[in-house]
Amino acid sequence: MSAELTRRSAAELAALLASGETSSVELTQAHLERIAEVDGEVAAFLHVDAEGALAQAAEADRRRAAGEDVRELTGVPIAVKDVVVTRGLPTTAGSKILEGWVPPYDATLVERIKAAGLPILGKTNMDEFAMGSSTEFSAFGPTRNPWDLTRIPGGSGGGSAAAVAAFEAPLAIGTDTGGSIRQPGAVTGTVGVKPTYGGISRYGLIAMASSLDQAGPVTRTVLDSALLHELVGGHDPRDATSLPEELPALAQAAREGAAGDLSGVRIGVITELDGDGYQEGVRARFHESVELLRGAGAEIVEVSCPSFDYALAAYYLIMPAEASSNLAKFDGMRFGLRVEPSEGPVTAERVMAATRGAGFGDEVKRRIILGTYALSAGYYDAYYGSAQKVRTLIQRDFAAAFDKADVLVSPTAPTTAFPLGSKLDDPLAMYLNDVATIPANLAGVPGISVPNGLAEDGLPTGFQVLAPARADDRVYRVGAALEALLEASWGGRLLDRAPDLEESK
Amino acid sequence: MTTTTTDLVPFEEATARYDTVLGIEVHVELGTRSKMFCPAPAVFGEEANTSVSPVSLGLPGALPVVNRSAVEFAIRIGLALNCQIAETCRFARKNYFYPDVPKNYQISQFDEPIAFDGWLDVELEDGSVFRVEIERAHLEEDAGKNTHVGGSTGRIHGAEYSLVDYNRAGIPLVEIVTRPIEGAGERAPEVARAYVQTLRDLFRALEVSEARMERGNVRADINVSLRPTPESPLGTRTETKNVNSFRSIERAVRFEVSRQAAVLDAGGSITQETRHFHEDTGQTTSGRVKSDADDYRYFPEPDLVPIAPSREWVEEIRASLPELPAARRRRLQGEWGFTDLEMRDVVNSGAIDILLATVEAGAAPAAARKWWMGELARTANEQGLALEELAVTPAQVAELQGLVDSGRINDKLARQVLAGVLAGEGSPEEVVVSRGLEVVSDDGPLLAAIDEALAAQPDIAEKIRGGNLGPVGAIIGAVMKATRGQADAGRVRELVLERVKG
Amino acid sequence: MPTLDRDEVARVAALARIDLSDAELDRLADELQVIVASVEKVSEVATPDVPATSHPLPLVNTMREDVPEAPLPVADVLAGAPEAEDGKFAVPQILGEDA
Repeated sequence: MSAELTRRSAAELAALLASGETSSVELTQAHLERIAEVDGEVAAFLHVDAEGALAQAAEADRRRAAGEDVRELTGVPIAVKDVVVTRGLPTTAGSKILEGWVPPYDATLVERIKAAGLPILGKTNMDEFAMGSSTEFSAFGPTRNPWDLTRIPGGSGGGSAAAVAAFEAPLAIGTDTGGSIRQPGAVTGTVGVKPTYGGISRYGLIAMASSLDQAGPVTRTVLDSALLHELVGGHDPRDATSLPEELPALAQAAREGAAGDLSGVRIGVITELDGDGYQEGVRARFHESVELLRGAGAEIVEVSCPSFDYALAAYYLIMPAEASSNLAKFDGMRFGLRVEPSEGPVTAERVMAATRGAGFGDEVKRRIILGTYALSAGYYDAYYGSAQKVRTLIQRDFAAAFDKADVLVSPTAPTTAFPLGSKLDDPLAMYLNDVATIPANLAGVPGISVPNGLAEDGLPTGFQVLAPARADDRVYRVGAALEALLEASWGGRLLDRAPDLEESK
Repeated sequence: MTTTTTDLVPFEEATARYDTVLGIEVHVELGTRSKMFCPAPAVFGEEANTSVSPVSLGLPGALPVVNRSAVEFAIRIGLALNCQIAETCRFARKNYFYPDVPKNYQISQFDEPIAFDGWLDVELEDGSVFRVEIERAHLEEDAGKNTHVGGSTGRIHGAEYSLVDYNRAGIPLVEIVTRPIEGAGERAPEVARAYVQTLRDLFRALEVSEARMERGNVRADINVSLRPTPESPLGTRTETKNVNSFRSIERAVRFEVSRQAAVLDAGGSITQETRHFHEDTGQTTSGRVKSDADDYRYFPEPDLVPIAPSREWVEEIRASLPELPAARRRRLQGEWGFTDLEMRDVVNSGAIDILLATVEAGAAPAAARKWWMGELARTANEQGLALEELAVTPAQVAELQGLVDSGRINDKLARQVLAGVLAGEGSPEEVVVSRGLEVVSDDGPLLAAIDEALAAQPDIAEKIRGGNLGPVGAIIGAVMKATRGQADAGRVRELVLERVKG
Repeated sequence: MPTLDRDEVARVAALARIDLSDAELDRLADELQVIVASVEKVSEVATPDVPATSHPLPLVNTMREDVPEAPLPVADVLAGAPEAEDGKFAVPQILGEDA
């Protein structure tokens, strides 16, 4: 029963809880056992809070028994990316500079998770400060892809995606600045959603690029993502950039989409996000999925977004610039690591520099230097200032495209999961992983990645759906439709085909 | 250790040969209840780090949200400074590393401030008015406070460190920046001082800050540059910080002008730098040169959205502005009927409010002025006190004058009564009674005294009957002496004439 | 065209308060060169007539009422401090300090 429990979707587990066939304690225990069994190899978790999770589970069961304020997902365990601040639980953002730091407050989304009674299993691994596409830049070692433990699980949120893909958690929270939820979703065969910018509160997210960061759900099914999104999303007065209005009905959109009828829906295929640079199998699965959608009644159109060719360049100016400022607070004065210079006077300035030199990894240093440079006197107009203009052009291209189509689609990532270590010497090659996901962050529009098959190498591929800002319901509708159609054709879920991890021990 | 003495050119000489240009930046701490970007209480003088939130501590993940009252206060200030209020303004990050700046950036405003292009008329001591052009006023957050620990001489490893308190971090500030202040000439020190004082009075009148310079609610950085003539291009300026009182402002300007003149006279050039004012010596010294200090890498604050104050809101605020100090002064001068000189004296003595209270307690303005600017000002001066600190209240002064007006005491007696009040003997009425200082109202004793005086000088009566009224004063004087001043001179005069005539 | 050579990297690293070893300086100068060249691309399309967008969604006027809330307990404030004394954060000697 325990093994079966961990393979269910969150919605299914919620139904079992509602019917009394299982308890939150039983569920949580089952997942803790699964973590103990496989996480030695997957390394999805940086911290597991067994005691806390079980206590929260017991409380959730008590609430349910007393009929107190029970939500659909109450009692279903969840994992949280370690970039999200959790009171009383260590929060490292995957960095040595925060090793051992225990926050004195909860992120808003964590408050909402706790208020709804979802036991928090632990904090998941990530590229340091969310900078990366492979989770190899975590200061605490990489996470491995449950499909093939010699390969990356994607990044920066590889831990959350791997945890969900390895059935260690039915739900997880990730964050997405340039694709860090969607790309791991694609390479691990899981679902990941980046909401409309402002859709989920950023209060308590350790900031990388403030104008691009968004938290979002990481799950195995589209409906699960919708349910989690609704639970943690919505206006937060502590985040001045959070959208004032209520979220659209997302779970409802997912359920409607699952009926598989897309008549009247116009689907735009983005010319620039295909072709050379995209792996053969990725392209093949993508076009097959497009045909499936056509078969379900959708009208398929080609749209061109020429400014997308500049998106990567703009992103790698805007993001490091904002990050260089956001990461200035890590200086050894108030919290976290403090390192004194090995020789010479011990001044505040030198301790800051020594702390940051020792506490930050290579990729973080790379981006801070690049970002500081981009903002520097004399360079602002040519670099950061210009990149903000590209942002305008990308928004205009999206606007024009959404005149012709209700949603836009592309492969989520250009390749399947590559081997650990294979791109470490080539930062530019690493950055290209985000080429299809970045435009959505720059424009603030929502996007989902849905697993849409295996490439020629037997590894998962992902299908990305984008919608206009505030129209998150559309990505759930179309995503759910595709999921339903694919699972019907597969006779089950894609993850059913993932190798059993127990065997690989 | 030897100290180098700075060469100085006497101030008057310096201003004769060089044209002085000033620039003044004033920071005012707003008296809001919570901080600029977070709801931690805005406190003063509390125990360290007891008023801090994740936002004002700069913890990872925390986000700022703008305090609406701070925006309103800033608009009030902008309107009072005759500025345009921005249709839309934005916040920007000013990036620099410093332990009292928790995020290692300050949220401020850069190219889109909330108010700009204004002016402030400053009244100088001689009554002339100097217009200071205001370039901008913008909102930003304050930093925490460092307390330096350890010896100030010697750099022993580990012996010195700092303790940081973040209570002040995040308190709202408005920074007001002038355009170059030109044409003040040798009055530059006075103009600088008067400008900051006028601003201080404005902040209090607007109720946006307690505005106490000694508490750091109001801070001024003074920029000074010299040039050969007013037509020459602007010279290199220095910025002087740590100017903590109005008097220091004057002294700092005087010193900088003298110092810079000496440097230029010697053929040198002024280093653009930040200098530090020393209260004890009245001198400025060079601050440490920070090579990267100017590269603040400003960029728009992504965590905050633009503020676009509606024109309706701005007009609401404008309509709610209290009467501003200059307008109030003009109105009161008119109501009180004072000459410009008289009013200026009152203003320069800081006595407006005390006069107003006295008038409101029933005294005529002229009488109020006579007492406060005369006898009481003298007394205050002698005792080294401010008018407000004297042991007499406006109501008591009004009462005193009332006793004079009703004839119960005369002016001379009033002074004695006043002395009694100041000595703590009670209210004017009480002192009159206890000291027996009332004017004699019964003619009897007066007549007796008159007769005595006349008897002492028999020929005076003759002279007076003859039409020479001069000696009447002598009789009055004798009577006053005899009654210890407690006679109404006018009544005595009447009685003398009656007696003599007949 | 400005380049990110080793000296420039060192200058920027100082500005960003990050100690870099000589090896790191060399390596970074190489890597950043490649990246910088590719991002100069943006100036191709960033013409004067195109406005900059600093926020993805055009919200305005998000403010909060001036209502104070309970601050963090002092123990929490100082909990993560590398060093504290007398309820304050102890930090090493600050050069360039304006007293």
